[in-house]
Amino acid sequence: MPSLKDLRNRIASVKATQKITKAMQMVAAAKLRRAQTAAEAARPYAQRMEAVLADLAGAAAAGGQAPPLLAGNGRDGVHLLLVCTGERGLCGAFNSAIARLARERANSLKAAGKTVRILCVGRKGADILRRTHGADILDVIDMRAVKSPTFADVEPIGRRVVEMFGKGEFDVCTLFYSRFGSVISQVPTALRIVPAAVEAKEGAAAKAEPVVREYEPDQGAILAQLLPRNVTMQVYRAVLENGASFFGAQMSAMDNATRNAGEMAKKYTLRYNRTRQAMITKELIEIISGAEAL
Amino acid sequence: MATFPLEFVSPDRRIFSGMADSLHVPGAEGDFEVLPGHQPTMSALRAGVVSYGAGGTVSRFYVRGGFVDFGPLGASVLAERCMPLADLDAAKLDQEIKAAGEDAADASDGTAKRAAEERLGQLEGLKAALEP
Repeated sequence: MPSLKDLRNRIASVKATQKITKAMQMVAAAKLRRAQTAAEAARPYAQRMEAVLADLAGAAAAGGQAPPLLAGNGRDGVHLLLVCTGERGLCGAFNSAIARLARERANSLKAAGKTVRILCVGRKGADILRRTHGADILDVIDMRAVKSPTFADVEPIGRRVVEMFGKGEFDVCTLFYSRFGSVISQVPTALRIVPAAVEAKEGAAAKAEPVVREYEPDQGAILAQLLPRNVTMQVYRAVLENGASFFGAQMSAMDNATRNAGEMAKKYTLRYNRTRQAMITKELIEIISGAEAL
Repeated sequence: MATFPLEFVSPDRRIFSGMADSLHVPGAEGDFEVLPGHQPTMSALRAGVVSYGAGGTVSRFYVRGGFVDFGPLGASVLAERCMPLADLDAAKLDQEIKAAGEDAADASDGTAKRAAEERLGQLEGLKAALEP
């Protein structure tokens, strides 16, 4: 049975925690707005790039001269998993959901006899994956210093992936990140980026007259420039979507924590008052029975 | 006046989306201008100045490479790093030139080095053209 003083201390500490979680929730809400705007601002570029790439890819495939970044290098033995997570915790299941998806993929690939390599963008994912797949982690790219990621911040990652592919260090690259649906829905997503997952256009677009374009310098040279940029762009988009998802997840996690702290404080206050009342009653009984005995 | 839909985007934002009546870009093999009814073209861009005319005003932007695609659905400019030309002063340009120079010095393999050197050359050309 805790004493009154214990209970008082406990209530004070729960209320202090509640203030912190409340503040974190509000900070996350403010940052979410910025991250969301950034993620949305990147969408037109990504969509345009996809459209251009789909166009070019169709033409290149028809010509039978698709470069390896687009069509793959014909092997399927070594898989690179590019796992993008946050740099901080206190965000509910955000990091672990991405890591779990990556781990499941890694396990199923290993069961199929493939080699798995993992490149982590963000410290948290590495922390989680290190326990089960520590030997497969090639490197951890720290994004802690980056407050709001710009294209230039992720360029080294994209370049590195392309270089590794050029050296034949992997055959297929899959990107793991959390797609931002809304504040309460962040969907862990796996996206193949090498070879580029260009959606074959069916239906209306395929039926349309193929457009004869003039290419400057030539089709191959444009593709050679466009494909590495596409890899970087996908990573950039993943990082931005992750940023928005992270703050969304943190906001709802902190909202829950604030509510739980409130409930806990209420419960303790009730118990404190009951104990206090019981003590008063006990003292009164003692005084009365003492007076009666005289 | 005839117009065509133009979508001008950079990774960070959408710069312009709407009807334009002309578009002038620094293509990989020379500057060219796109007017309504132009032959479908796709071109890589050099570092340079993109300008488009819409509603009687001409807007000019500095881009650091990218792509332009002109098809039956209109034109798209995918710019890699982009800023209004008015914001580009000699100091910023010098910074870009310095960065390109460093890239050229750092580049390990031949293609990257060539690309960086090419950009360095383009930037120096641009600087010469912009100087009064």
